[in-house]
Amino acid sequence: MSNPGLSAQPLNPGSAASGRKFPEGEMPGQGAEEQAGQRSLLPSPTSDEAKLLAAAQSGDHQAFACIYSQHKRRIYSLCLRMVGSVAEAEDLTQEAFLQLHRKIATFRGDSAFSTWLHRLAINVVLMHLRKKNLSLVSLDEAMEPSPDEGPGRSFGAADLNLAGSIDRLALEHAVADLPAGYRLIFILHDIEGYEHNEIASMLDCSIGNSKSQLHKARLKLRDALCAYPRQEERR
Amino acid sequence: MIDCPDTLSCEQFQSQLPELIGSGAAIAEHAHLQHCELCKALLADLEAIAEAARQLLPIVDPPEDLWEHIESAIKGERESSKEE
Repeated sequence: MSNPGLSAQPLNPGSAASGRKFPEGEMPGQGAEEQAGQRSLLPSPTSDEAKLLAAAQSGDHQAFACIYSQHKRRIYSLCLRMVGSVAEAEDLTQEAFLQLHRKIATFRGDSAFSTWLHRLAINVVLMHLRKKNLSLVSLDEAMEPSPDEGPGRSFGAADLNLAGSIDRLALEHAVADLPAGYRLIFILHDIEGYEHNEIASMLDCSIGNSKSQLHKARLKLRDALCAYPRQEERR
Repeated sequence: MIDCPDTLSCEQFQSQLPELIGSGAAIAEHAHLQHCELCKALLADLEAIAEAARQLLPIVDPPEDLWEHIESAIKGERESSKEE
């Protein structure tokens, strides 16, 4: 059914499409290697990918180097968005690939390799966040920010009318200021293009929880974006 | 079309939004939005945020020497495991 009331970019575009939200060619700055990595999001790896994986699993260093080349940008970008610091993102990327090297032989293909690797990287990031902030003792807690970190209630609020007026820098700041759990879901779904079922699998949470956290993240971003111009005016 | 007689308050409608959005349903046709400008504006804002998020996509390359650090660490781990 057509949906003329919605904008060209629906809130859940991935649900209407098979597979990923971002077709190849729509991802600025990505080369062939990264696109090869993107394709590995699909459930069935190509024979080349399977061979590369098998070689890396048997200890072939060059094969592992190729896997690093294919996935380094997404893993590094994920780390960078999650921690906001270049130095920390480098350390986390290194740790993620070291863990991958230790564990790659245990990958059995129950999920797409890139999903498995992202989950590994996310765990590295979460461990790091826990060390930095003892209140983030578990993913469950990261997924459920304290009440004062939650989004404001919307019913009864004024028409904020953000459409067409979202400043990229303001949005980046607002995303960086999100509580870790909200930020993680928002980055995975709205920026990286993962589906709720993939996120649920990666984070060991329910699909409903992923949907709920994403919604709360967007509401909190809305609150932050509406406050942003007022902050600027004060300067 | 979401066949739903609008007996919902804004609070009730908004509590259903995560599932409605996540399911990919044609939310704009929801009965509640046919008369509620407030919730319609909320939905438009959330759509704008989701769309703007796609512009944050650019992927960043890690530094060139990161692989050297990783290789070095892998080598160090191998050597220490041999010693054990």
